[in-house]
Amino acid sequence: MNDQKFDVAVIGAGPGGYVAAIRAAQNNLSVVCIEKGHTLGGTCLNVGCIPSKALLHSSEIYHKLAHEGREHGIEYSQLTVNFAQMMARKNSIVSKLTQGIGFLFKKNGVSHIQAEAKLLGPNRIQAGNKVIEARHIILATGSEPIALPFLPFDEKRVLSSTGALDLDVVPKKMVIVGAGIIGLELGSFYRRLGCEVEVVELLERITPGMDLEMSQSMQKILQKQGFTFHLARKVVEGQVQQDRVILKLDNGETREADVALVAIGRRPYFQGLGLKEVGVEQDRQGRVVIDSCFRTAIPTIFAIGDLVEGAMLAHKASEEGIAVADFIAGKKSSVHYLIIPSVMYSWPEVASVGLTEEEAREAGLEILIGKMPFKAVPRARCSGDEEGFVKIMGERKSGRLIGLHLIGPYASEMIHEGVIALEKKMTLSEIAHASHAHPTCSEAIKEAALAAQGLAIHL
Amino acid sequence: MKIEIVIPQLGESITEAVVAKFIKTSGSYVEEGEELIELETEKVNQPLYAPASGRIQWQVQEGQNVAIGALLGHVDTEAKESQVEKKEVKPEEIKLELPASKKEEAPPVTLTAPRVQKSAFIEQLKEPEPVAAAPIKEKSEAPREMRRQMTKIRKTIAARLVDSLHGSAMLTTFNEVDMSEIIHIRARYKEGFEKKHQVKLGLMSFFIKAVVEALKIYPDFNSYIEGEEIVTRTYYDISVAVSTERGLVVPVVRNCDQLGFAEIESILGALAKKAREGKLTIDDLNGGGFTITNGGVYGSLLSTPILNPPQVGILGMHKILKRPIAVDDEVVVRPMMNLALSYDHRLVDGKEAVSFLIAVKEILEDPMRLLLSL
Repeated sequence: MNDQKFDVAVIGAGPGGYVAAIRAAQNNLSVVCIEKGHTLGGTCLNVGCIPSKALLHSSEIYHKLAHEGREHGIEYSQLTVNFAQMMARKNSIVSKLTQGIGFLFKKNGVSHIQAEAKLLGPNRIQAGNKVIEARHIILATGSEPIALPFLPFDEKRVLSSTGALDLDVVPKKMVIVGAGIIGLELGSFYRRLGCEVEVVELLERITPGMDLEMSQSMQKILQKQGFTFHLARKVVEGQVQQDRVILKLDNGETREADVALVAIGRRPYFQGLGLKEVGVEQDRQGRVVIDSCFRTAIPTIFAIGDLVEGAMLAHKASEEGIAVADFIAGKKSSVHYLIIPSVMYSWPEVASVGLTEEEAREAGLEILIGKMPFKAVPRARCSGDEEGFVKIMGERKSGRLIGLHLIGPYASEMIHEGVIALEKKMTLSEIAHASHAHPTCSEAIKEAALAAQGLAIHL
Repeated sequence: MKIEIVIPQLGESITEAVVAKFIKTSGSYVEEGEELIELETEKVNQPLYAPASGRIQWQVQEGQNVAIGALLGHVDTEAKESQVEKKEVKPEEIKLELPASKKEEAPPVTLTAPRVQKSAFIEQLKEPEPVAAAPIKEKSEAPREMRRQMTKIRKTIAARLVDSLHGSAMLTTFNEVDMSEIIHIRARYKEGFEKKHQVKLGLMSFFIKAVVEALKIYPDFNSYIEGEEIVTRTYYDISVAVSTERGLVVPVVRNCDQLGFAEIESILGALAKKAREGKLTIDDLNGGGFTITNGGVYGSLLSTPILNPPQVGILGMHKILKRPIAVDDEVVVRPMMNLALSYDHRLVDGKEAVSFLIAVKEILEDPMRLLLSL
């Protein structure tokens, strides 16, 4: 057994953990990052954000060529999908990025141990055959997909997102349980490659948490793309057969498909950590309880990311990672949870930051709303991306921006204007006053801001 | 065993408080005597301490109004103690030691809590700020007024002062005092005093002593009305107004008749420091019989101080200004201070008030009288 002492020990090398570790090292603290997987990067890099975006992009190129190529004057006699190659490209990207984190660790002097970690006490961790002593411990062990109790994942017929990112062939039909962002993104990927997609969702709407108007618009767009939605339906039984899955719904209907993707949510992952024995408290959903400074019930142990409450987003974990590493180093830091954007990588993409219209009304705020459809935006017409719109909201008296919601091409990029504006407490008129290059899709944000004040020029 | 945490009596006339801040949150393990929660009253922020060791569970929320005697939560003494070397700190203000490993020692830093939730955004939004200067092409004007919510403390101070004025028959009588004697004494004994007593010889000790002597002659000023009775105190506790960032607070110097100048100055210094740090307790503020306030430090030449209920007298000190006065038919320049005595006419008559003020003035102009009990 050899003992090693550090200022900070981070458990988990996902976007929360590895960022916290690097930031701590930049703050001149000695850091070790303990990761049980063979690769760094956590869910995001290995079986989440990155592989899905790589595949989505490949499929989008194919889909655009297949359906719009002729209109662009691009003619071809045959267009086929080499699924194995799509997957291989995705694997290569993932591999390079995970290695990249290893490089960042070396560059910043972060020690790395590949082992399962178990807390031995407020300052001690068992990591493989080593005992690590650390003045501060950051738990960043992330989350895992939740299965339907009667339908465990086999990653062949009953898929979690992990399995869905690694199939051998495009299924003929996929039924997706859960109309959240993960389910719809993966559904989009397979739909574009010709798979029939049905989605069963418990609520009466898709994408819970999103601004309702945006959800409803997106639902229509996805339906036009060929998605079939069964809303306000619960899956009560599931049966796996040799070549298909049969799901029974609460209204007696059955849905059959080659594969079922269960994307009903994720829950915190903390197996083998020994949280209870050490006294770290968790709530009923298993989330580690932290105070306003990320501290658990044990003051030397912090927790961030999917392990604690809040949106399960990679960048939220990263923000928390930076904040906690700064906090430990005695530096000022803050994470504004409302100003963390959320994105769905469908096409068109959906992105939001700030309050939804429902949240704003519930808070009793008087709001101004401005909308701008992309079909009225010249740049969007040039690329043929006319679906979607910008919805911008301001508080009436002060004119301050309170929410920005986009459905459109590269909404994931455009949303950052809203993030900065919210951080700086900008008003709608300040946003409208700022020059936006022409012709761009971002101009729609300027126009929507003008529209919210009754001053739209291009509408 | 679950031990209840209730709101204790916090002082005369205080019937409710606001839960300002949880120092220990629900679920935390606390030791007996540790600070648990901060309550805000009209007078002061009062911490409550753990009645026993155990795990805390609160039943109230931050910002909630609670009555005296209300149940705030309880301490579960059977909760398992975690074997941690405790370094529990208030989440709002944290002092961290920087690790000595790789860099030079740096002084501890005071921080605010990093996690900012959606509710904070909405609250801040509802509390408008001044709008930045609008660009030229702007159509909408910057607002011409700014609004902000009154804090609980300010609302209560406002209510009490108005009540005090309505309840009393307050008026003010004036006089002036030649400060030359005191100034000479201070100049002469300044160094020796500071050397021996480790505290500066200020003005306030003279004023407090003069007021105490005047109170002995005119005990009505050391009294208050309760119902239909006049209650006269037999002790001499003098309230001294101190200005802090949160507003005016009036801590009490106890038994001033038994204190020497050095003791008075020292106690005043300690109270003023506590006041500025926001650490005054209800005990520091209760029970004064008469108040002294000094507007002179801000340059005021003359003012009408407002009574500090239920007291019936308040002495206002002002700026010392050299001006010409007549002494034995000659014009001389003396350092003069105006004195203002506001009093409650329900209890004290004009003649008494004027005489009280003259007594104070005469002692101040000739401090030897204190020694000779004149």
